[in-house]
Amino acid sequence: MQSKKEWVKIGREKLQRIIEMCKSVEERSLDPFLINVEEIIGIVKEYFPEWENPEDLCLDAETIQHLASVIKLQSEWVKYRSTSLYTDPFLLEEKLTRIEKEEIVDAFLKAWHPIVEMEQISLHSLAEATRYWESLLPLKERWKGFPPAEVETSLATREELIRQRILREKAFSEELENFWQELKVKVGEKGKIHYWNFVGAETYEETVHRAFLTSFLVTYGYATLEIHPLEEEIFIKPNEKPITKIGKKQLVSIPITVSLEDWTKWKRGELK
Amino acid sequence: MSKRKGYYASKIKRAVHMLFYRRHKKTGVKGWELRKVLGSDYPKVLKILDDYLKALDLQVKTIFEEEKAFEKPSLENFDSARFYITLRGDLAPKEAKMIGWRIDDLAGLAITIAYIISKKGKVPRKEVEELLRDKLPGWKVGLNIDRYIRYGYLTQDENEQLYLDWRTRAEVDQKALIELLLSK
Repeated sequence: MQSKKEWVKIGREKLQRIIEMCKSVEERSLDPFLINVEEIIGIVKEYFPEWENPEDLCLDAETIQHLASVIKLQSEWVKYRSTSLYTDPFLLEEKLTRIEKEEIVDAFLKAWHPIVEMEQISLHSLAEATRYWESLLPLKERWKGFPPAEVETSLATREELIRQRILREKAFSEELENFWQELKVKVGEKGKIHYWNFVGAETYEETVHRAFLTSFLVTYGYATLEIHPLEEEIFIKPNEKPITKIGKKQLVSIPITVSLEDWTKWKRGELK
Repeated sequence: MSKRKGYYASKIKRAVHMLFYRRHKKTGVKGWELRKVLGSDYPKVLKILDDYLKALDLQVKTIFEEEKAFEKPSLENFDSARFYITLRGDLAPKEAKMIGWRIDDLAGLAITIAYIISKKGKVPRKEVEELLRDKLPGWKVGLNIDRYIRYGYLTQDENEQLYLDWRTRAEVDQKALIELLLSK
């Protein structure tokens, strides 16, 4: 006759084994029907009255959670098998090893409709590029008076990122220069641009990167921020030349949130 | 030219510029981008453009989010969809060579895509490597899979599981591919 302690220990081991089994089905895309749900529910039920401490109850909950995932996979499997796309993988595998590669290519070409895209320079872009080149100062002039960094204490400074080899100094300077030029072009004759219209990009990651670069543009005096607190609007104004210190004004840090939620709103055109 | 015709002609031109020239790292244009430039009637503009492209054997391809198919898509569905210009018909083997694909690489891609479809859209990389190694030299197999990933045909997660990616969804008629392979 087993003691209660031993019985509980065996129960724990069984639940852990079930969790591992479910995980391997979830992660390695094995056939979810390898798991006998009814049998597992029986085991979980059998040991449930024995659980007294929170760890054991958590283990029980975790088992149920993984079992639920497997049931979901089973349901998806059934749905998929009932679609016209379902093909027996063994049948297809056998077919793929048997037919010649010319035949495979022939079949693929009938189902393949490649994307058409062009890379071509236009007269307009050439003229734009020439104007940019003319306004571009030689490197030695652009980089001679690079101001010492006046960065507020924060979680990660540029220097820290360079030290950690996340950024390279030269690439960053070039990137910042290009970004400044981009700001000037986008602003045009209006003199300023809405913050989100400048930092906003196709992906959220790109947007965060642009916001990061914009913060350096402002810190290094390549641009200034114009804030309308009542309207809750922020504009960026590029400077003609980098300004190291703005008069005797005290430098302040302005936190601007670039959250995923704001970015989604901006993409939908809902952000002012 | 009537005023209405002129209105659409200029919008079609803008649409062609946006769709044919790459605007971002990833090919294609999102619906909301088209709406910003062409206005809210952009699905109609794209429909006219698609009719026009028929004669050139090209088409405007719409890929809705999460590969959903809608009978009557709403403007919201269109806004979150991605649009491409693709070939309407199919290529001859010689033409495929002209666009930079070797027959081995293309066959490898076809097998990989078909195999992933047959395994419900997810398969361990090792399994695909084994399958390809049967007909391709070992040193080439890994390189080829990496190339398919780079081009956007496949994607790989941290557990080395391969999935179909955006380019396959945009370019390959998956149902037709399976049917054609099984009929060989």
